[in-house]
Amino acid sequence: MTHRHDRTLKVGALARVEGEGAMYVRVRDGRVEKVRLDIYEPPRFFEAFLRGRAHTEPPDITARICGICPIAYQMSACRAIEDACGVTVDGPLGDLRRLLYCGEWIESHALHVYLLHAPDFLGYPGAVEMARDQRPVVERGLRLKKAGNAVMELLGGRAIHPVNVRVGGFHRTPPRTELAPLAETLRRARDDALATVEWAAGFEFPDFEHAHEHLALVADRYPLEGGILRRGTGRSFTAAEFEENVVEEQVPHSTALHARFTDGGTYLAGPLARYSLNRERLSPLARQAADLAGLGPVCRNPFRAILVRSVEIVYAVDEALRIIDGYEPPPRPAVPVPPREGTGCGVTEAPRGVLYHRYAIGPDGLIAAARIVPPTSQNQAAIEHDLGRFVASRLHLDDHALTHQCEQAIRNYDPCISCSTHFLDLTVERS
Amino acid sequence: MGRPTLAVWKFASCDGCQLSLLDCEDELLELAGQIEIVHFLEASAAAGDGPYDVSLVEGSITTDADRARIRHVRRVSRKLITIGACATAGGVQALRNFADVEEFASVVYARPEYVATLATSTPIAAHVPVDFELQGCPIDRRQLVEVLAAHLAGRRPDVPDHSVCFECKIRGNVCVMVAHGTPCLGPITHAGCGAICPSYGRGCYGCFGPSPTWGGDRPNTRGLLPWLDMTEGEARRVLSTFNVAAFREAGEREPREEAGDDASP
Ligand code: SF4
Ligand code: SF4
Repeated sequence: MTHRHDRTLKVGALARVEGEGAMYVRVRDGRVEKVRLDIYEPPRFFEAFLRGRAHTEPPDITARICGICPIAYQMSACRAIEDACGVTVDGPLGDLRRLLYCGEWIESHALHVYLLHAPDFLGYPGAVEMARDQRPVVERGLRLKKAGNAVMELLGGRAIHPVNVRVGGFHRTPPRTELAPLAETLRRARDDALATVEWAAGFEFPDFEHAHEHLALVADRYPLEGGILRRGTGRSFTAAEFEENVVEEQVPHSTALHARFTDGGTYLAGPLARYSLNRERLSPLARQAADLAGLGPVCRNPFRAILVRSVEIVYAVDEALRIIDGYEPPPRPAVPVPPREGTGCGVTEAPRGVLYHRYAIGPDGLIAAARIVPPTSQNQAAIEHDLGRFVASRLHLDDHALTHQCEQAIRNYDPCISCSTHFLDLTVERS
Repeated sequence: MGRPTLAVWKFASCDGCQLSLLDCEDELLELAGQIEIVHFLEASAAAGDGPYDVSLVEGSITTDADRARIRHVRRVSRKLITIGACATAGGVQALRNFADVEEFASVVYARPEYVATLATSTPIAAHVPVDFELQGCPIDRRQLVEVLAAHLAGRRPDVPDHSVCFECKIRGNVCVMVAHGTPCLGPITHAGCGAICPSYGRGCYGCFGPSPTWGGDRPNTRGLLPWLDMTEGEARRVLSTFNVAAFREAGEREPREEAGDDASP
């Protein structure tokens, strides 16, 4: 038990998150006075330089916002632009998009579960260190990740910043024969995914519940590439109504933009929200895995997000296999999308949560304005709030242990800091 | 004898190039057996102190703090290898170099005065000496493994510097430009990707940056147009995206003017 009542904890550079961020906690008189998750990733101005571009360009350009979830950016961009141009992409092309997105979920979730998050539960600084004692486990994780990348490479051309996605569909669609070996890989991945759930279910999870409303897409199937937005309270809105329902603002204790509902408080997007609002839409196998993992109908413990991600890997593998089984090559690789003046919005479920894009196309067919709201910026307020409560209940720990637990708590949310296209303050507070 | 030590650093970027290292699923653990990864924040919280035998640097320099940080990285690294378009050419964020960065900031931020950023995004080599540059947005992971393996063996990396067209021929692709009249930057783009885009039926958009074989007699944009089968607007835009600063010499008109005519009020 420490007797210091005033203290400051700082983690200068967070490890095992994407991009760069720092955390700042101020404790005074034994009370948590201030918690800040600082994002000091330098701004890259995507929304500014998308202006003046052809309406075909955002999928390639916005992919570069994040190397870990480029498909999410490509899919939200395509949907928003197609929406502006009055085109709907569905049928076999829609299925192929979903298949590609499954690949990204598998690859990104496996990366997070095995390389970024599990080492926390098992007491290793990282997966390479973990591999010294538990090589077969790390190899299983790498195999899963590779299966996701295989989907990305076949359908997208490569795993990072795929080249084959275009507004209207694809540049090239695969013949059935090309998908057969992929199905082989995915069938093995399904076993690895189930083993992952079983493995992660054995971790010890601190007792902790977040107190935010959930926000996720809801569709006929478990949400990936589209749907309507649903809140935990049951209220729904469409992509076009996103900015009427969500505001981003500055709050006094932090200079990062915080999102909240216009009529209420902070919310949480991402795996917990997706699962809690869509559990019944999981495949039977994934639902069974969720039961095995002890996940009830709703999951509010951010530490258990690793379980939800593992269950979502099972789902994504299952879903990818379903799509491959029923695949009939589409008559053409893309539907034409001639530019037209107007505004369109698109929302998809990035592995880290709801990703919103809006584009205005001018009379010259070029982009006049762009707006991108990534999941990390939506979750930022909720994360900080949770951290405050988390720290308050652990003040008896020494600085080292507490700092370590805070880092771990941040990693629950898998904040993708490189996606933070518009966090405000870039002042670095380092120890 | 200890294994050679490796550090991985990130500046302004998307994380994609350092992710290429984690995407070497088959080689990762073996690599970790031969090289000691002592500093790699994306992968491990254990950040050991330098000096390091090899530093891989991703991302471009866009803030004052990063300008100082890259000097530190240079001081603690025996070999410094830059990876990706951001680190070798300023990346897509170098578009600000040809625009008004304050105006850019005001589009993105409600309180642009809080954004501490330089008016430019510059490659690492503009700040410190660099031992090897690996191009690509993102880099190709096979090339990354080759560069690291070459370093371990003490030889020069076998990274070809011809154009994407060569790789297209090696792969046996039908030329999308000749066969379908699809605009393609393959003739002037650095090899390395294995000609992915033409294999998927689209033109190369130059993500590996300009090919050195194009050399000093690189024609201006207008001279390229019939070759690339592009309209002037298309050519200007495609040359000013992922490697804008590097391709800029290929353009006749200033991208700044383009931003001027194209930007809507
Ligand atoms: S060069 Fe491209 S892939 Fe690499 S970090 Fe920069 S934007 Fe990402
Ligand atoms: S844009 Fe060119 S260099 Fe980049 S992947 Fe495509 S073909 Fe290769």
